[in-house]
Amino acid sequence: MTQTGPAATAGPSPLTERRGFGDRGFQALALIAGLLVLVVLVLIAVSTAQQSVSWFSTSGLNGIFSTHWDPASNRFGAMAFVYGTVISSVIAIIIAVPISIGVSLLLTQVVPGKIARPIVYVIDLLAVVPSVVWGLWGILVLAPWLQGIYGSISSGVNGIPVLDSLFGGPSTDGSSFFTAGIVLAIMVTPIITSLAREVIATVPAIDKEGAYALGATRWEMIRGAVWPHSQGGVVGAVLVGFGRAMGETMAAALVIGASAQVTSHLFYTGYSIPAVIANQFGEAAGTMRSALIGLGLFLFAITIVINLVARGIVERSARRARGA
Amino acid sequence: MAAVTQQPAPGSAGPVNLREPAGWRRTKNGLMTGLMWLAFLIVLVPLVLVLYTVVSKGAAAINWQFLSSPTIPPNIMPLGSGGMGPAVVGTLEITGFAALIAIPVGVLGAVYLNEYGGNGILAKVIAFMSDVMTGVPSIVMGLFIYTIWTLQFGYSGMGGSFALACLMLPVVIRSSYEMLRLVPNSLREGSYALGASKARVILTVVLPSAVGGIVSGALLAVARAAGETAPLLFTILTVEQTNSNLFSGANTALSTQIFANATSPYVGAEQRAWGAALTLIAITFILMIVARIVTARFTRYSH
Repeated sequence: MTQTGPAATAGPSPLTERRGFGDRGFQALALIAGLLVLVVLVLIAVSTAQQSVSWFSTSGLNGIFSTHWDPASNRFGAMAFVYGTVISSVIAIIIAVPISIGVSLLLTQVVPGKIARPIVYVIDLLAVVPSVVWGLWGILVLAPWLQGIYGSISSGVNGIPVLDSLFGGPSTDGSSFFTAGIVLAIMVTPIITSLAREVIATVPAIDKEGAYALGATRWEMIRGAVWPHSQGGVVGAVLVGFGRAMGETMAAALVIGASAQVTSHLFYTGYSIPAVIANQFGEAAGTMRSALIGLGLFLFAITIVINLVARGIVERSARRARGA
Repeated sequence: MAAVTQQPAPGSAGPVNLREPAGWRRTKNGLMTGLMWLAFLIVLVPLVLVLYTVVSKGAAAINWQFLSSPTIPPNIMPLGSGGMGPAVVGTLEITGFAALIAIPVGVLGAVYLNEYGGNGILAKVIAFMSDVMTGVPSIVMGLFIYTIWTLQFGYSGMGGSFALACLMLPVVIRSSYEMLRLVPNSLREGSYALGASKARVILTVVLPSAVGGIVSGALLAVARAAGETAPLLFTILTVEQTNSNLFSGANTALSTQIFANATSPYVGAEQRAWGAALTLIAITFILMIVARIVTARFTRYSH
């Protein structure tokens, strides 16, 4: 990282003294553009906090940390939405992580670059399909199809202690925590795959060749040379994916079922933070609007923390890989 | 293939085949490679299914009238009366204006990071926070613009553009920054040696030589933004008549119309949603293909 300072105009030279107005003006413009990132992040926090004050003052801590959301009687508890957000995102991660790691290993360790490139295009296509289209497909095609499957799973686990409380029925129309989890998994797979691929690509060739020289098979080489090296970075990639899943709005709004309840039954309908904002903000006023903006602030805070941690991990493991 | 298949015990005599791992080790290796391919096939399934559904159902809805009609009919009306014209106009205007804001600002920000910031702490913080900013949920951007803009100035397409621009900004910064880093220093030094000022070097040498990558990265960001719904929900609302004035009055977009129609019980509304979905995917794919062409034709420096 020594070549980044391109203008190594060392020391005071006559050239720097003659820097004109336009030259300095351009530098100032560039600085302002860069600072805008920080300004926007601070403004998001300040403006949404300001708007959610009346929620905090009228509901109090007990009101906020309850699962009771009933605008008609002025009860605005957030926990049912927090629960739904976490559950659907955890399901998404459980599905997406093995698949993403498998694909990124395939791309970096198995197939040659010529075949890897079209596969990358295909994975990127997943990310380009708009989230509302995934939601539309989820509610009109996937959910009705899953409803039958949920039904047979539910009757299969009927009476078995733990499984019954997880997968027991009846699910209403195929919209559920689990359906949302599946759609979110599809949507976060591209981002986890591409970040994991970047991390895995930094494994030094000499480590891999060493493993092969000892007679390792490709899988043993992955276990012994690639995995220890990229473990941390892959965890970071998974966290970024988790943050994405939590904040994903349209797909969840359409397929999670829109009912604020806390239940262990994954095939029941639920609600998530972004989904309730999207569905109810239009008709909201007063404290309810303030509560929904407060939920947005909460979501912002969580995703910022997750991304800070995740990007920190990815960055650190990339630096270690460069040998610094 | 394998002449020797048994595991040679330590100390045993006889030829050891170093090329062919034996027995269960080879089986396990094959199994794991198979699982990696399986993971890729699993990814393909939803992609193929969603594209098939959107194309087959959307194609039935789309015709010239669907794309150009100035009125979106009520949900109860069957397909054939009116269309999604207002939403097509809205999506193009709102996304286009967002690109006009986000691309220049993002490229300037990247110029600061790579050309001025150097290894300074500020540049590092900005680069790191712009990565973090890509993880901010799009609905939060919608709420943000609602609180600072829509509450004061009312619903308009421009509010939606601001929200989309906030989403695009970190993506444009990141991709442009990567491209600027690839421009060799010898180019900069050559122009300094000719007495050019720093701004001049950046504007006439550095940026032109990275323009291919910058444009294609920006187009990909625009393609992603065109499909966004959540930032538009509370900033533009939805309308049934074409509102070509970006700066005042509620507007509409393909994505918000799909959301509004998706939960409608009427067949006509559902069919219009599929038609809008196909139109939206076509717009994003066209942008993506243009980005690929730009990358292929105008990239001078790459990894």
